[in-house]
Amino acid sequence: MNHKSLVKPSRRDLLKYGAATAAVSLSMPYVGRAWASTVELNMLAWYGHGEPDVVAEFEQANNVKFKPKYYAGGDNMLALIAQSPAGTYDVILSDAEFVQQLNEAGYIDELNAADYPFDDFLFDEWKQFPGHWRDGKLYSVMVRCGHLGISYNTTSVSAEEASSYKCFWKPEVKGKVGHFDWHLPNLGQISLYNGNASPFDISNDAWEKTKETTMSLRSQVGGFFDYGGTFNGLKNGEMQVMAGIGDWITGVLERDGATVASVVPKEGGIQFTESWSIGKGTQHADVAKKFIQYMMSPEGQVHSARMAAYPGFAVTKAGRKLLNEKDPKEAQRTGQVDGAANDPITLIKDGRIKYRQVPAQQSLEVWNDFWSEYKGA
Amino acid sequence: MASERRIDLYACCFRAPLLIWQSLFFVVPLGFMFIMSFWLVKNYRMTPAFAFDNWAKMLFWEVMWRSYGYTLGLAALTTAVASALAFPAAYVLAFRFSDAARRWAIFLLIIPFFTSYLVRVYAWQVVLAGNGVLSAFLGWFGMEPVSVLNSPVATVVGYMTLSFPLVLLLQTISLAAIDKSLIEAAHNLGCGNFRTVFAVLIPAARVGLIVAALFCFILSFGDFVSPYYLGGSSPPTLSIMIVDSTKSGQQWPRAAVIAVIMIMTLISIAFAAVTLAYRRRG
Repeated sequence: MNHKSLVKPSRRDLLKYGAATAAVSLSMPYVGRAWASTVELNMLAWYGHGEPDVVAEFEQANNVKFKPKYYAGGDNMLALIAQSPAGTYDVILSDAEFVQQLNEAGYIDELNAADYPFDDFLFDEWKQFPGHWRDGKLYSVMVRCGHLGISYNTTSVSAEEASSYKCFWKPEVKGKVGHFDWHLPNLGQISLYNGNASPFDISNDAWEKTKETTMSLRSQVGGFFDYGGTFNGLKNGEMQVMAGIGDWITGVLERDGATVASVVPKEGGIQFTESWSIGKGTQHADVAKKFIQYMMSPEGQVHSARMAAYPGFAVTKAGRKLLNEKDPKEAQRTGQVDGAANDPITLIKDGRIKYRQVPAQQSLEVWNDFWSEYKGA
Repeated sequence: MASERRIDLYACCFRAPLLIWQSLFFVVPLGFMFIMSFWLVKNYRMTPAFAFDNWAKMLFWEVMWRSYGYTLGLAALTTAVASALAFPAAYVLAFRFSDAARRWAIFLLIIPFFTSYLVRVYAWQVVLAGNGVLSAFLGWFGMEPVSVLNSPVATVVGYMTLSFPLVLLLQTISLAAIDKSLIEAAHNLGCGNFRTVFAVLIPAARVGLIVAALFCFILSFGDFVSPYYLGGSSPPTLSIMIVDSTKSGQQWPRAAVIAVIMIMTLISIAFAAVTLAYRRRG
């Protein structure tokens, strides 16, 4: 085609482009119809779960578009639901310890266990995860987990030192100990250090001792950080040791070559567990179920384990198998290899991991108020 | 009479936008926040009530007053440092620069406001970190690296980033407005430079200088970004306590109590500052 034909089109050109325009115009209703049938699924989750690296495949295959609303912490999640009309969120990702509260408040629907691969869980106990069942009815499906222990800079803290929470009190890291700013994992770790086998179910005496031990750490602490601050603190070396986190943050940094690592110390570590539920009142229950099934499928499990925002463990055997095939390096780095010394399942079976829970003998407010007191000390 | 009524209507037309704006965006939200401070939180939901639980909790909580003292002290320190550092610069801009050069300087002072405050604070992290620019600079002189990040000093640096250009701008404008013949008269009467500054310039520019300091205090007292991202929340300021209260347990009513206390503090200080600024001598 030359410039002349564009400037001064012939009758043939007019017919040709006219026909093309008509064809495009005629096809528009079909395009429009296809677009209109896209289901918009409202997701309430921790940051990252609605990002393309996790959900793009599902979106494409099922003509779904996710509209994620992210929260930071279980309290924040419960408040967001409480302040929204029923049916606002189709799928809800919750920390396992908050599922019971979601259920009691009537925010989530009952699920059919037969829809999900319960027989394929890596650890039998997860089939009956605490709080996910009520009166024999299922309300939430565990999708991933991770372990919280000691995260440290490998150039200033040795692996041997990091094998105990005692390293938080090491004089050389004074002012370089950081906290992820949430009371539950931090106080749970100190409770473990004090020798409480069930760190969140402790008597008032044990609670007083936990407070005392925590306060003794205050002079070592350089700061209290959110996700971004924790990330930066470890990356720029300002924080040499971090409490309350694990591979979910250092894993991302390690991928970038930072000299950081996370370990479960000898006193034990804490497991964060994330589970999917279907919001009560959803208009898209079928698609929501399909999405949870996808996340429990081997492909979904691999996406979840390798999530760009923060990695986690696959919880099904098929998921782990596919992870080892697709990304053996990541599987090895995180111990998700059958028989590995740091296999998370082995750590759980050895009794070194405790599930993160809300305090059993004190109120959440009591723990929370102490955390404020500690920060201000 | 008819003429006076017309004047009143005319004045009202001009006053109305301000009154409507202040009512909608200041008085009503403030009133709502005050009412909310008496509400209760049950199962993460706010329940309207008229209970003094939140006030009792916050007013008799040592943590709250420790944070209050820290916030007040840090804001006062920033105000003093910013005012003292800005004054010589403002003096030079007002009296030693030509009009054209001063206009350029004022333009340059406004430029920092073109970029996000949060971005500027993140940039300070790179400078103040132990392995950052400041340590590298000290290293050239054979000095040990220092880490200023996550300390009250870093918080003050952040507060200064926010308020210093404004303080300098207000001081420059107030000094430049002084009648130059007053300075000449002071010199003719035998005042040295130092005495002229304290006996003539500062009293003459008093209103502007106090208003500049007041703005610095207000901005610093309520800021969340610097104490969080440069101070490492250690210890937390009142603005961080507000965020903590809303995040944990959804204690918006407690956050409202802190906010009301902060506003009452700022109103008292602003009132005292304005009284001081317009107080007649003698």
